[in-house]
Amino acid sequence: MFDHSKIEKNSILMLIGILIVVSIGGLVEIAPLFYLESTIEKVKGVRPYTPLELAGRNIYIREGCYNCHSQMVRPFRDEVERYGHYSLAAESMYDHPFQWGSKRTGPDLARVGAKYSDEWHKTHLIDPRALVPESVMPGYPFLAETTLRYKDIEDHLIANKMVGVPYDDDMIAAARADLEAQVDPDSDGVEGLQARYPGAQARNFDAQPGLPTEMDALIAYLQVLGTMVDFKAYKAEDNYR
Amino acid sequence: MTFLVFLPLGLISLLGLSLAAGADDAVMYGHGLLMAAFGFLGVFWVISRDGDIGGPAKAVPGGVNYNDAVIRAGLIASTFWGVVGFSVGLVIALQLAFPVLNLDLPWTSFGRLRPLHTSAVIFAFGGNVLMMTSFHVVQRTCQARLAGGWAPWFVFWGYQLFLLMAASGYVLGVTQSKEYAEPEWYADLWLTVVWVVYLLVFLGTLWRRKEPHIYVANWFYLAFIVTIAMLHIINNLAMPVTLTSTKSYVLFAGVQDALTQWWYGHNAVGFFLTAGFLGIMYYYVPKQAERPIYSYRLSIVHFWSLIFIYIWAGPHHLHYTALPDWAQTLGMTFSIMLWMPSWGGMINGLMTLSGAWDKLRTDPILRLLAISIAFYGMSTFEGPLMSIKAVNGLSHYTDWTIGHVHSGALGWVGMVSFGAIYFLAPRMFASEKLYSLRLVSAHFWLATVGIVLYASAMWVSGIMQGLMWRAYDSLGFLEYSFAETVEAMHPFYVIRALGGLLYVIGGFVMAWNVYQTAKGRIRDERPYESTPAAPQTAPAE
Repeated sequence: MFDHSKIEKNSILMLIGILIVVSIGGLVEIAPLFYLESTIEKVKGVRPYTPLELAGRNIYIREGCYNCHSQMVRPFRDEVERYGHYSLAAESMYDHPFQWGSKRTGPDLARVGAKYSDEWHKTHLIDPRALVPESVMPGYPFLAETTLRYKDIEDHLIANKMVGVPYDDDMIAAARADLEAQVDPDSDGVEGLQARYPGAQARNFDAQPGLPTEMDALIAYLQVLGTMVDFKAYKAEDNYR
Repeated sequence: MTFLVFLPLGLISLLGLSLAAGADDAVMYGHGLLMAAFGFLGVFWVISRDGDIGGPAKAVPGGVNYNDAVIRAGLIASTFWGVVGFSVGLVIALQLAFPVLNLDLPWTSFGRLRPLHTSAVIFAFGGNVLMMTSFHVVQRTCQARLAGGWAPWFVFWGYQLFLLMAASGYVLGVTQSKEYAEPEWYADLWLTVVWVVYLLVFLGTLWRRKEPHIYVANWFYLAFIVTIAMLHIINNLAMPVTLTSTKSYVLFAGVQDALTQWWYGHNAVGFFLTAGFLGIMYYYVPKQAERPIYSYRLSIVHFWSLIFIYIWAGPHHLHYTALPDWAQTLGMTFSIMLWMPSWGGMINGLMTLSGAWDKLRTDPILRLLAISIAFYGMSTFEGPLMSIKAVNGLSHYTDWTIGHVHSGALGWVGMVSFGAIYFLAPRMFASEKLYSLRLVSAHFWLATVGIVLYASAMWVSGIMQGLMWRAYDSLGFLEYSFAETVEAMHPFYVIRALGGLLYVIGGFVMAWNVYQTAKGRIRDERPYESTPAAPQTAPAE
């Protein structure tokens, strides 16, 4: 008969027992996600964020947008009709960290890209209740007035590369130029930007002259959300698992 | 010997100064200076106390010279952070009801204040309560002084430094965006150092014990400390942009990061807010009721089954997401199983009152402890219910989750902490007794009514919003726009804020009571007397 008092009288035995018991669940549930190939669907179109989108994503994180907005459409009829195609694991494969969220005080943003105009986003971010009277979202008027800080954008791409995002040397070398080109649609750099990041939208997102602002970056990020995968070409059956 | 503490303190100062000198951003500059100041102040403090470790070494005839000074500090810190955390919660509750209160400024918007609230209540209030009570329980049940000389003070002050860096970082926009793990890489590393010292102090004290057996409360504290270390390290693996930048990119991405986060997130609940606070229950309930634990055997089963099953429950935060179905189903299954060990623990706690139920009438501290166990039972039933996929499809993303969390946090964690604080205050400040038991009773009612308002408002708003999102009209179109569902939430957000206000007032009542007790004062009030029921003189009709 097993005698529990042996464990109760030996702190190291108890420590080891605890470590074993609390390790099993995580090992069984999390470890397979790294090697089971069916975990992430095979889809075309998902690419790393452009430097401007990445900077915008960092503003999204900084302001804590994830506290109220999810980025994960569930496969329910009402959600698909309200937001669009349900989210795929592949769509957040370059998201360090993920932004699926846990609460919808505001609507899901997984597919907000290309749904509203840049001007709508700018007006809405500055004063949400000017466009949506019922909204309880904070206003972010300071974004349009704050110049984007991007002198170390290469370092951000390098850090992402080190955790597995496929930024190549060319992308890292051109990071600053790509960022500036994306807010200057008439510049020569747009071609290179779109060669490196297929489908990247180059626009003056905040419609203000001068240096890129935090508003530019955030809108560029919002406008790319959920737009990378071409769902007309996506066949769910190919990924049944 | 004790002056060896200068070495780590000096290193921290140097590290802080070099971080500040090379800082890529203003926050790193400030936090570097904060670390340097921590080291310098530490050195001066040690010198000014002439190497004295935590209170004068008294010769205690026939007893143990316990380190109670660090527990007194913990009492003050717990009370302070509690009031701060509850108040920030009230502010953000009001912001949801009246968005103009966001002030359109970066530092006061909901997105930055919400992590401040969650971290302040979980890690600052809850963490200080756990450290304080674990240091108290482990000394008393081992009949030994805390191990490690200055180490307990390093744990206490080091943890406050972590809290300061985390809190100021959020307000200034430094966050990893992983819920309940928002502090950035350098604060995480600092917490790891503090936590390892905490584990060593706890283990070292266990090794000094004069009893052959380790008391059950200490099992729970030990499981809490080691499991939190494991969760914290793995969930926070990250690559800093540069070594002098506050920004980092976490190691995992997308679906793997999501499950790692919620494996962490749910077990922050399971091990920080449950196992640790069960340690409090297993010591303070029997002490206050003056009854032994109901069942020793149940304690063993409760302990091992709880810690084994909890760790599997994370995927229920990711139902119907892009997480593979097998992981969701596994998480749901274990979440439902978790109901049993949870209620086993609740029964063990509540039944400890056998033979002492009458004390609930005359002892408001015991009443706080008892209702905390009742709330524990309620939210550990609601949790498995909400982990069922069909229920979760409705409840997820809504206020129902917020209500569930708060019935556990305000009801269980808060109430059991208040009980422990009221138990410790007179003993640690060497007062004859608590300043006022009537005020404890007032606190009990303020908190209880506050929770009832809070939880019921969130049930209604959560279920209502979930149903509105999926409502279709007779023509087959979605009936409500998202904005209409937001508008419908308003009255419930007001009621919730009202419930929160009552809870905050209760917190201030407690702070006043602890302050007066520390001053050695006793309030002139009608005492609680146990009056036997009036004898039945008239025959029944």
